[in-house]
Amino acid sequence: MISIAPVPRLVEQFERGLDAPICLTWELTYACNLACVHCLSSSGKRDPRELSTAQCKAVIDELERMGVFYVNIGGGEPTIRPDFWELVDYATEHHVGVKFSTNGVRITPEVADRLAASDYVDVQISLDGATAEVNDAVRGSGSFAMAIRALENLANAGFADAKISVVVTRHNVGQLDDFKTLADHYGATLRITRLRPSGRGADVWDELHPTADQQVQLYDWLVAKGERVLTGDSFFHLAGLGAPGALAGLNMCGAGRVVCLIDPVGDVYACPFAIHDRFLAGNILSDSVNGFGGFDNVWKHSALFTELRQPQSAGACGSCGHYDACRGGCMAAKFFTGLPLDGPDPECVEGYGAPALAAVRDKPRPGADHSRGKPVMLTLQRPPAKPCNESPV
Amino acid sequence: MTAHTVGVAFDPTRTWRLHPQVAVRPEPFGALLYHFGTRKLSFLKNRTILAVVESLDEHPTVASALAAAGVGHDQEAPYLHALSVLVASNMLVRKETP
Repeated sequence: MISIAPVPRLVEQFERGLDAPICLTWELTYACNLACVHCLSSSGKRDPRELSTAQCKAVIDELERMGVFYVNIGGGEPTIRPDFWELVDYATEHHVGVKFSTNGVRITPEVADRLAASDYVDVQISLDGATAEVNDAVRGSGSFAMAIRALENLANAGFADAKISVVVTRHNVGQLDDFKTLADHYGATLRITRLRPSGRGADVWDELHPTADQQVQLYDWLVAKGERVLTGDSFFHLAGLGAPGALAGLNMCGAGRVVCLIDPVGDVYACPFAIHDRFLAGNILSDSVNGFGGFDNVWKHSALFTELRQPQSAGACGSCGHYDACRGGCMAAKFFTGLPLDGPDPECVEGYGAPALAAVRDKPRPGADHSRGKPVMLTLQRPPAKPCNESPV
Repeated sequence: MTAHTVGVAFDPTRTWRLHPQVAVRPEPFGALLYHFGTRKLSFLKNRTILAVVESLDEHPTVASALAAAGVGHDQEAPYLHALSVLVASNMLVRKETP
């Protein structure tokens, strides 16, 4: 035997796809008690075709057979499904770990006790401002207090290592240290991710996404202090700002290769930020064979995922020295801002996205809108002044 | 992304095994390992190291597991390094102290 053949980099292996996703996102419901201005799934009202409890359990059975290690459950607000805890228990009993995202509405002291007793459930509390002023402008009145109450309940129950999940915006990028302090206070871990122009986020992205200077500020913060901070590898479009490897993580687009999304009605999309027909790979019900194996079938054989696992054209980015670092950035960010998929990311660190954003764009509409009436209206026009800016004494 | 360093040194003259909370999923390039306790993901970059990892607890020493998987003496170094990394991240534990 056995000389060890040169192994292609993991990124290249992963770009060709895996036999099953490493993890996947599963939006259990489009119903939500909040109406966040940037909701990537345009959630609000329940879809009447939502998967039943039995259908959800069949999905979990299939994930177990495929060896999916864990699911990121979201929504909507997943905990308002009456069978939510039943499904969480069913998943962990079947060796599928659960990380779920919540605004905290149902994290009562009793629920917190229950969660603290499980080794296989992670909880992510969404918070988009380190102060009520900044958070509630995006997530709605009272949502900061609700999230903090959930964190307190988890901490009091002895739940170790909850996650505080922050979408980085123009208004909260200056609060990263404050978020970290907040996380430390509750024995939690900070998780920050990129604002995508998906769902209702398309309507506010121009006003909310961090400016070019703020992108640099964010990158520098991640390199300096990011070691204990989770990012879901979502800032790979910034990788070109520094030395290769300075930004922790795989730093590639995993859509349809190592991740995907199952939505509440069983539609499978390439990633959680791409709920649109262009990125719809199939449906776990209609693509099943004799009522069996729908997700496996979509993951392994759908035309879309097969296409995404082929070598992608660098297109207009081919001559850029950073292409190897950012791989052209985020597909969904390009798509929903109306930019070509084989060109620069709208937040390209070289600034190549800016002229494209300034031109006339034809922005695709999100696939579906589940909003209840009007979402939260953006009221903050600029980041709030810190107290010390107003009162230097 | 730092490895959880624990106070266990990798001693190849002992018997090792996968941590009971580690799940293994073979892939075309090798395998993925996921530790449900630390929530860490690791990669085995070929099928030989996968065979070694899965058979460690059947062998009194690491050397005999390597030999059984067809790894010659002159090829042991990268495998021993890979195993030491897995020990440092608590993916592998001593068989007698699970």
